[in-house]
Amino acid sequence: MSQPQAWSVPADNVHTEPGLIRFAIVAIAILFLIVFVVLPLVVVFAQAFSKGVGAYFSALSDPEALSAIRLTLLVAAISVSLNLIFGVAAAWAIAKFDFTGKTFLITLIDLPFSVSPVISGLVFVLLFGAQGFWGPWLQAHNIHVLFAVPGIVLATIFVTFPFVARSLIPLMQEQGTQEEEAAISLGASGLQTFFRVTLPNIKWGLLYGVLLCNARAMGEFGAVSVVSGHIRGETNTMPLLVEILYNEYQFVSSFAIASLLAILALITLVVKTILERRLDEGHIPSDD
Amino acid sequence: MSGSVARRSTLPGFGLTMGLTLTWLSVIILIPLAGLFLKTFELSFDQFWGIITSRRTLSALRISFGLSFAAALVNLVMGTIIVWALVRYRFPGRRLFDAIVDIPFALPTAVAGVALTQLFAQKGWLGAPLAELGIKVSFTPIGIFVAMIFIGIPFVVRTVQPVLIDLDVEIEEAAASLGANRWHTVFRVILPSLIPALLTGFALAFARAVGEYGSVIFIAGNLPNVSEIAPLLIVIRLSEFRYADATAIAVVMLVASFLIIFAVNRLQRWAQTCIPAH
Repeated sequence: MSQPQAWSVPADNVHTEPGLIRFAIVAIAILFLIVFVVLPLVVVFAQAFSKGVGAYFSALSDPEALSAIRLTLLVAAISVSLNLIFGVAAAWAIAKFDFTGKTFLITLIDLPFSVSPVISGLVFVLLFGAQGFWGPWLQAHNIHVLFAVPGIVLATIFVTFPFVARSLIPLMQEQGTQEEEAAISLGASGLQTFFRVTLPNIKWGLLYGVLLCNARAMGEFGAVSVVSGHIRGETNTMPLLVEILYNEYQFVSSFAIASLLAILALITLVVKTILERRLDEGHIPSDD
Repeated sequence: MSGSVARRSTLPGFGLTMGLTLTWLSVIILIPLAGLFLKTFELSFDQFWGIITSRRTLSALRISFGLSFAAALVNLVMGTIIVWALVRYRFPGRRLFDAIVDIPFALPTAVAGVALTQLFAQKGWLGAPLAELGIKVSFTPIGIFVAMIFIGIPFVVRTVQPVLIDLDVEIEEAAASLGANRWHTVFRVILPSLIPALLTGFALAFARAVGEYGSVIFIAGNLPNVSEIAPLLIVIRLSEFRYADATAIAVVMLVASFLIIFAVNRLQRWAQTCIPAH
């Protein structure tokens, strides 16, 4: 499937632009992507290693860094698994059944994508904060939601809410209900049908959703920043620690943590590309 | 796509999954958002109006919406050029650059924020040469603009790319064989059929930039009335325990972004009816 990597145009495209314009368009596109996208990524690693490999690893093994890494992993594990269960349930209800208001429901599920991260945090402050609706009650019972792990988890679930459902719904709609109906009519239970018939069909789409959900959960900054309270060693996630260290001019430490998040982003992109190829292969061309 | 009338499904689990979906949706999304609007109703209209028309709030909203609009325009033009290069031409590293477009989606915003600030700081790789030209980017409104361009570019590219790929080459050939020159074909035949996708990409990039926080606040300088974005003003009001102020600004921003989604949905419906299916 290798394509000739040369300055040529696809053979089916008889009419194209003059060579000079072609060259200019490609040059502008590449230059723009290098300046705005590649260089920021390179800067992260250049800064992280600016004082050498030793300084880099000692920054990462700092207790504060380790605690932030642990908290980020914990928050991501909880919010991704909860959104996974919800996402599969939502996709099953939406893709396999017909009901009125389906489009509206999908719009509601998509809502967090169009809400500013800061507002995603603010809504939980209004519910659980000292001046919030349930704040006084929580205080009286000594339950900590805000400026504690539960608040961070809630805000993270909010911003990562649509990912799994969004990647499953189109896939499951396309696959229809025939295979599941056959399984049921042959006497399989609902759960058997899901795990033996549906799950193998949607596994790549499911992984795709979990991957994007996880990347966002680990990297979320705005929403978490509003609800976390920035308590060192307790409620600082990795992105929050990047901010704190940067504002304290501890650039090597800040960019060292940032480099871990950048590596996470790069791995996510590579796996995403692989999964997209798998999903394309699994795509059955429908001519009927 | 569809067209056949869907049958009633005989599959089990509708009640369970629908119940779970609605419960989770209410707990995580609907109740918290309703709380936001409820909080606003604690304010009288004059109080609400006073907050959002105060000089600092108006400046923040103007900066957020104005710069987002300008950045989305840049993304519209640059995104179109990038899509054209990726779809129509073959060049070394094409697939790599295609993947690179997604980096602003994948890179956590705080990481992007500190990286852009460092890159455009006065001693930074790009900041130093720009400083010699007398252009200061980091800690100025230009910095906000740059960060917004960074986070917006994948929206335009990923919205327009599939449409250009699916575009029927025969239409172009027909136009050419009818005597249209390339310039005419591109601007009269190809670009018009990309318009719905271009507008959608523009709106998505605009909406994202308006709400963006992490990648902007480091590079912005955050001077009230000059380089303070609306999301940051919400955070500042919260830290001062002025919840009402924070809520009022948030409601204005939310309503604006709902209007944008509404426009996007209309655009997509319009695109489906106006552009012939393939």
